[in-house]
Amino acid sequence: MITDLHTPLGEEVLELRAGDRITLSGRVYTARDEAHVRMQEEGIPFPAAGAAVYHCGPVVQGDRIIAAGPTTSARLNDLSDFLLDAGVRALIGKGGMGKQVQRALAGRAVYLAFTGGCAALAASRMTLAGVYYADLGMAEAVWAIDLDRLPLVVGMDAHGNDLFAGVQSRAHERFAALVRERSW
Amino acid sequence: MSFPEHAGFLESLAVAVESALKEAEIGLPHDVLQALISASARETDPTARAELENICANIREAKNRQVPLCQDTGVPVIFLTLPEGWGYTAAMEEAVRTGIERATASVPLRPNVVNPLSRCNTGTNTGTRMPDVHVRRGDHVSVTVLPKGAGSENVSRIGMLLPSERDAVGRFVAETMLLAGGRPCPPVVLGVGIGGTFDTAASLAKEALLQPIDSMTAFEQDLCNAVNDLGIGPMGLGGDTTALAVKVLCADCHTASLPVAVNVQCWACRRATRRVEE
Repeated sequence: MITDLHTPLGEEVLELRAGDRITLSGRVYTARDEAHVRMQEEGIPFPAAGAAVYHCGPVVQGDRIIAAGPTTSARLNDLSDFLLDAGVRALIGKGGMGKQVQRALAGRAVYLAFTGGCAALAASRMTLAGVYYADLGMAEAVWAIDLDRLPLVVGMDAHGNDLFAGVQSRAHERFAALVRERSW
Repeated sequence: MSFPEHAGFLESLAVAVESALKEAEIGLPHDVLQALISASARETDPTARAELENICANIREAKNRQVPLCQDTGVPVIFLTLPEGWGYTAAMEEAVRTGIERATASVPLRPNVVNPLSRCNTGTNTGTRMPDVHVRRGDHVSVTVLPKGAGSENVSRIGMLLPSERDAVGRFVAETMLLAGGRPCPPVVLGVGIGGTFDTAASLAKEALLQPIDSMTAFEQDLCNAVNDLGIGPMGLGGDTTALAVKVLCADCHTASLPVAVNVQCWACRRATRRVEE
């Protein structure tokens, strides 16, 4: 079953479990490394309560989003606590995030994974609504985007479950088994 | 045959490079598309199946909108085939650059090429010793482009194994994927170069990515099965499909050496070829 969620998000994110498929609609905000640093220094320029932050540097042409796939979220491991403290309910990106973020998500927010490289699919579900920090350049600016049912999977839930960490730990076990079976 | 420095030929070469880049960035080759569709039909893990469905939907959207599949439009790796008696000239190199610069503006491509130390962007997707041009011999002039993204390139590895460790080739290939996890945007294609010298192995690994992935030798299939046994799955979220294919190229090597290189390629295994009229 697929749950349809809409921003601003509230306590409904606490119901989600790692592995659940959802769609997300409504306003989201893109942010990469530079934007996280600026927001920490100057404050968050958008309403943070219930917000969703998308790790993405889109290609924008005029008022049209051409490509908007996710970037690697782990680069923002040490730069995300303040967003969650301010009431952000979802981080969206690819590849998962570290233990520190998992602790910061507990009891309040989720990490949602979007399929890496799917820039055209993402763009087809997006309408551009505005921009903050335009001086940081196209990739690093904070773009306000309205989503129409972007398909996502819950990678990390608010209860300490992490799909990526589980897969990686099983992969290590299977590799050890391959080494034994094949006398590598 | 016309003289290879002829302006008409050089313009045809530039046009071929631009046109091949446009095709490669917007759509996948038939064999890769089929591999993704069959993987999606075969996949037993629901999360993995949803990821593969997103990838297939993305391919359709890119085609409908005539936009690049991925915002990382890569750096252009060029394979130029020249007939016997032809040399790769400075004018041909210039024509290849012109084709890349035109494609950067017309597709458009993200400017990805920077100085490695100052990180200053050239803005054109060309630069010092960039693009990397591999010259091969053939019956006619043709150009193949392989736009290479960084997420998968960054987890590629080379190892100088011990000659007594022939079985360790499989271990090295599987270990490369274990260390990479979800970072290279699996399902991947692995290009494996075995033998030659240090640099030959890496070059063969890249060239292996040009081969169609709709068939594998028994050796390649065995390596592919081992990688899929890891269960990393699409995007590292788990599942049956970690690698679509493993392709291997070999060169003879020193009796005391066993170089092995693994060039990792994300699901967007982009390549396109154009024949250039001589």
